[in-house]
Amino acid sequence: MGMTITEKILAAHAGKKEVHPGELVDCRLDLLMGNDITAPLAIKEFEKVGAAELFDPDRVTFVLSHFVPAKDIKTAEQCKIIREFAKRYAMKYFFDEGRGGIEHIVLPQEGLVVPGDIVLGADSHSCTYGGLGCFGTGVGSTDLAAAMILGTTWFKVPESMKFHFSGKLQPWVSAKDMILYTIGQIGVDGATYRAMEFTGEAVSSLSVEARLTLCNMAIEAGGKSGIVAPDEVTLEYVRPRAKRPWTLYQSDPDATYHSVHEWDVSKLDLQVACPYSPDNVRPLSEIVGIEVDQVFIGSCTNARLEDLRVAAGIMRGKKVASTLRCIVIPATHEVFLQAMREGLMEVFSEAGCAISEATCGPCLGGYNGVLGAEEVCFSTSNRNFPGRMGHPKAKVYLGSPAIAAATAIKGKISHPEEVVRRLGTLR
Amino acid sequence: MSAVNVWKFGDNIDTDQIIPARYLVTTDPKELGQHCMEDADPEFAKKVRPGDVMVGLKNFGCGSSREHAPIAIKAVGVSAVIAKSFARIFYRNSINLGLPLFETDAAEQIEQGDKLELDLVTGEIRNLTKGETYQAQPLPEFAREIMAAGGLMKYVAKKKGLLQGAKSG
Ligand code: SF4
Repeated sequence: MGMTITEKILAAHAGKKEVHPGELVDCRLDLLMGNDITAPLAIKEFEKVGAAELFDPDRVTFVLSHFVPAKDIKTAEQCKIIREFAKRYAMKYFFDEGRGGIEHIVLPQEGLVVPGDIVLGADSHSCTYGGLGCFGTGVGSTDLAAAMILGTTWFKVPESMKFHFSGKLQPWVSAKDMILYTIGQIGVDGATYRAMEFTGEAVSSLSVEARLTLCNMAIEAGGKSGIVAPDEVTLEYVRPRAKRPWTLYQSDPDATYHSVHEWDVSKLDLQVACPYSPDNVRPLSEIVGIEVDQVFIGSCTNARLEDLRVAAGIMRGKKVASTLRCIVIPATHEVFLQAMREGLMEVFSEAGCAISEATCGPCLGGYNGVLGAEEVCFSTSNRNFPGRMGHPKAKVYLGSPAIAAATAIKGKISHPEEVVRRLGTLR
Repeated sequence: MSAVNVWKFGDNIDTDQIIPARYLVTTDPKELGQHCMEDADPEFAKKVRPGDVMVGLKNFGCGSSREHAPIAIKAVGVSAVIAKSFARIFYRNSINLGLPLFETDAAEQIEQGDKLELDLVTGEIRNLTKGETYQAQPLPEFAREIMAAGGLMKYVAKKKGLLQGAKSG
């Protein structure tokens, strides 16, 4: 019987010929990740059992992402625990502020995640890595601690759901709209426990960056992982940066799926998730005109170079509406630097955006743009539950960088065409 | 395993019902156990007897990733949870913390007060009250070893010969 790409990756890492959904397997891990919230707890567990070494210091990465540069004494001390640990164990891939950024974008960018890998991250958005054709999933700190010692962990083989996107995307429509539409259709528990496999010509036509966006929000549908099978586009991204050899897997034509959804993206409109749930998704046309207090262009979902280029393309030569503020936070320090070289930072700065060093910032209501009661935010991030970005009564709309940039200029939720057409700028 | 008593619950028993967020200020198992399922049944922690099992339907343990939920269930004396399906992170956390889980559609047929016998090795559930036998997916050996060791970290420590010079706390 045929296997899905996810089953093949799990089987290979469990030393088995085949695996079946529901089966529990013990798998070798290629890369582990902890961030400044989860790593300190894992370190505590690691030390509590008297562990003296990491299974492989080059395969354990820590990325300071959420509260850096430190926002207060408590977070400074958490980061300090990690820095000291990384030094003591001679960890090669520890990313401090100014050299890293948001973990889910740093690791692919640095070539630490390659196709065919199993990546275990102590952060729920570790499903992002699937955009490279690997199996990435999120766990808690105890799981991370054990894996730091063993280099293995157990998984229950998930059933796979196939999402087949045919057709060509309309102008401005992006991977963010595809994943929001998907979550809107199946709900926040629509993929619970399962692997979400994205296929079809519309997926093949996406860049690796956009595929990461697609897989990033698998968890918002309850998914254990998201995955796009590797192809030439993947390899072009991987070749110049890979720190390890990779393995390419594809689903067999006769693989078994829990369910198959087929959608034609040529009919797909821009999508927005309205308060207070990522599955409360509406076409942009139904909500244009809602007034906004803050626009946030950032997070592991949509703050890559490609995203900043789209946003800057819309904002070039224009000013952020006087009624709102716009915050731009590149996903990684590398993206920051590149955006500066391309003149994108100048565009944002001239427009009146507040710009920060790469960090999660307001995405989780941490700092750098937390919302007050009743405030309305349009954000390119991935969650809009009550209190996610600050006050429980703040309202967060989720959508693409294109809508975010147009909204920043107009002061209310707007279609990008409203901005670029009126002012005669070509896309 | 000797005969145990069933406490039956429904679909989507989330981690907030298992242990309300207001009690997350502590990680003390005993204290967490006292508040287990409090909002669904305030008397649960008093009525449950050591060894009893909880039976839920689909998506048991959904919601947050808090490890406090399986800690509270274990601490109140529950020896295993049976459900049609478990939420993913709850499932991981339970095995890691040494709480046995039985996943089977037969959870539908089990009722409040039934007497069961569970076999952790084979995944067999014998309903003594109804005279029926159900088969859950058996836990693989390593998961049972984790259980036997008293949780993932203890299992790892044992496997690696650690814990001799370990820091306390
Ligand atoms: S950007 Fe937001 S979703 Fe992504 S890792 Fe940071 S806090 Fe989590």
